[in-house]
Amino acid sequence: MKIMVCLKQVPHQDARLDINGDGTWIQEDNIKFEINSYDTYALEEALLIKDAGEAEVLVVSIGPDRVTQALRTALGMGADRAIHVNDPEIQGSDSLGMAKVLAAVAKEENPDLILAGLMSEDANYAAVPPMLAELVGIPHTTAAVKVERSNGTLTCDREIEGGANEVVTLEAPCLVAVQSGLNQVRYASLKGIMAAKKKPLDVKTAADLGVADQVGAGAAKVSVTQIAPPPKGDTAELVEGSPDEIAAKLVTKIKELGLL
Amino acid sequence: MAGFDGVDFLRLDALLSDEEKLARDSVREFVSREFLPRIQEFVRQDGAFPMDLVPQLAELGLFGANLHGYGCAGMNNVAYGLVMQELERGDSGLRSFASVQGGLVMYPIRTYGSDEQKDRWLPELAAGRAIGCFGLTEPDFGSHAGGMLCRAVRHGDGWLLNGTKRWITNGSVADVALVWARTDAGIRGFLVETDRKGFEARDMKGKFSLRASITSELFLQDVELPEANRLPGAEGLKAPLSCLTQARYGIAWGAIGAAMACYDEVVRYTRDRMVQGGPLAGKQLTQEKLVFMLSEITKAQLLALRVAQLKDQGELHHSMVSLAKRNNVDIALSVARLARDLLGANGIVDDYQAMRHMLNLETVRTYEGTHDVHTLILGKEITGLSAL
Ligand SMILES: Cc1cc2nc3c(=O)[nH]c(=O)nc-3n(C[C@H](O)[C@H](O)[C@H](O)COP(=O)(O)OP(=O)(O)OC[C@H]3O[C@@H](n4cnc5c(N)ncnc54)[C@H](O)[C@@H]3O)c2cc1C
Repeated sequence: MKIMVCLKQVPHQDARLDINGDGTWIQEDNIKFEINSYDTYALEEALLIKDAGEAEVLVVSIGPDRVTQALRTALGMGADRAIHVNDPEIQGSDSLGMAKVLAAVAKEENPDLILAGLMSEDANYAAVPPMLAELVGIPHTTAAVKVERSNGTLTCDREIEGGANEVVTLEAPCLVAVQSGLNQVRYASLKGIMAAKKKPLDVKTAADLGVADQVGAGAAKVSVTQIAPPPKGDTAELVEGSPDEIAAKLVTKIKELGLL
Repeated sequence: MAGFDGVDFLRLDALLSDEEKLARDSVREFVSREFLPRIQEFVRQDGAFPMDLVPQLAELGLFGANLHGYGCAGMNNVAYGLVMQELERGDSGLRSFASVQGGLVMYPIRTYGSDEQKDRWLPELAAGRAIGCFGLTEPDFGSHAGGMLCRAVRHGDGWLLNGTKRWITNGSVADVALVWARTDAGIRGFLVETDRKGFEARDMKGKFSLRASITSELFLQDVELPEANRLPGAEGLKAPLSCLTQARYGIAWGAIGAAMACYDEVVRYTRDRMVQGGPLAGKQLTQEKLVFMLSEITKAQLLALRVAQLKDQGELHHSMVSLAKRNNVDIALSVARLARDLLGANGIVDDYQAMRHMLNLETVRTYEGTHDVHTLILGKEITGLSAL
């Protein structure tokens, strides 16, 4: 069985973010990056399947040179192989452009299962995984909080509104985008990190994958025109008093606002 | 504590390989998420270590990380040093645990042990299924371990051990104690299974320092050992001293971790702490202290990194390790004291890290060769005259 895990590297959750010169993205110089946390759960889920039997785990990431670190971490955690799509031409792609790149990889690799995170913590579109599944022509589900396999069928619990779960079954090959928290993500061990040095990490461009004309800002139908910090509000109210008083005042306030 | 991202003023990261950075970051994350949330609970006890973390520490490969074979990661000494740094960023007790297991128990077995001893102990110790301790210091002999009273005498084909060891990290949780004892032929090392008759370990209480670490006293009364338990390659005091060089090397890095933790905490604190209408960080006296801390940490990093390179090249002299241990622990202690100072009253409670590190570093200054002993080792190196 072959599992492809899509990983995105995003700014570290503790990084101090500044908006870039033209106001369309953040300044990426000198900030720390990490693997999108949703994706770490996807990777862990793949590694659990690998631990339980025969599976090859392939990790794929699109991004600049710095992404090597994320892929090496994934290899250190136990993935077998990595593909790094590193091509400045891909910059400025919208979700569909990214999905096309990943779909091209998936078509070459023919995985039995594609795992991805529900969304990326930086852009928050949650669009790539369903698009990728559609482009490859396989079924998908999202927000999985539990993944079980028997033969060629996957049974996933999905998180839906109101804390309820929906149970879906999918025929492999398929794609599952996972919710965070569905497993306990392992750390890369020192032995794993040493072993990762010898594992293959292939670098590809959009042209290598035959999608050069479908990516980048030119091909994008969605473009970011501005990002801005939330406006400074003047509606904040400081509730003061002892803990009991604060609690009582908060309840009154919540009721006043009709939120309860 | 949240979001600790190291201290790297001179962009030394650029000198590290991918594996070195990955190893550091993985351990850093582990310490932030799994260890630090629990440190307060353990510091409030009197000599206790979160033993339930041992399988995870082993899984991460933290025991004997720079040794090759027998389930060890076989990392280079830069990576190993960075790992020690990150462990001590958590607590000196955590680093001590790994130092003793790897540097003081696994290293001597790997270096001086028989094949049978290696096969029996190294995989178990690497996997954390067995815990080891290192018994050199005695109540009456610390810096001058050569004067030890613990004796091993011939007893049939084997040995009979008698003596007392004191200040032994992990003594009461150990499955195997590496005990150094005097024989007619000089000092020798013995692997003593702690369930042997005549062996007893008692924990030492009332420590102000290294509270999240177990320190014990070992009593050996007519402990019988087969010859197979003696480390065949270890002859004379130079054998235990070579182990100490390993552990001291780790300390030179570990101390940087403790210093970075204090610095990171106090920079954040002084930015937020308002005095006289402005942040404490905006005062000249504060800045002078912060600059001292950053300068000393940076110098210590350079020192450690160079020593690591020399170690990897096989060109490290033990006096270089003395220089690094002596300097880095000393500056870490100064950094911790200054940080404690800037935290004001908050600095004396265990919600903040500075005083815990400061107190820990008092031990680190004393063990593995006291500050002054390293001074005298270096003094001899410079002058050729021993004042020790
Ligand atoms: C928490 C903790 C854990 C420890 N863990 C271990 C362990 O796992 N295994 C182990 O074997 N030991 C361990 N030790 C013991 C440690 O290594 C010794 O405490 C250390 O070697 C110093 O010995 P001492 O305490 O007898 O001090 P002393 O040797 O009595 O030194 C006291 C003072 O005298 C100075 N001094 C000593 N000799 C001279 C000299 N010739 N000239 C000038 N000044 C001198 C010293 O620098 C120091 O300032 C541990 C200690 C502590 C506190």
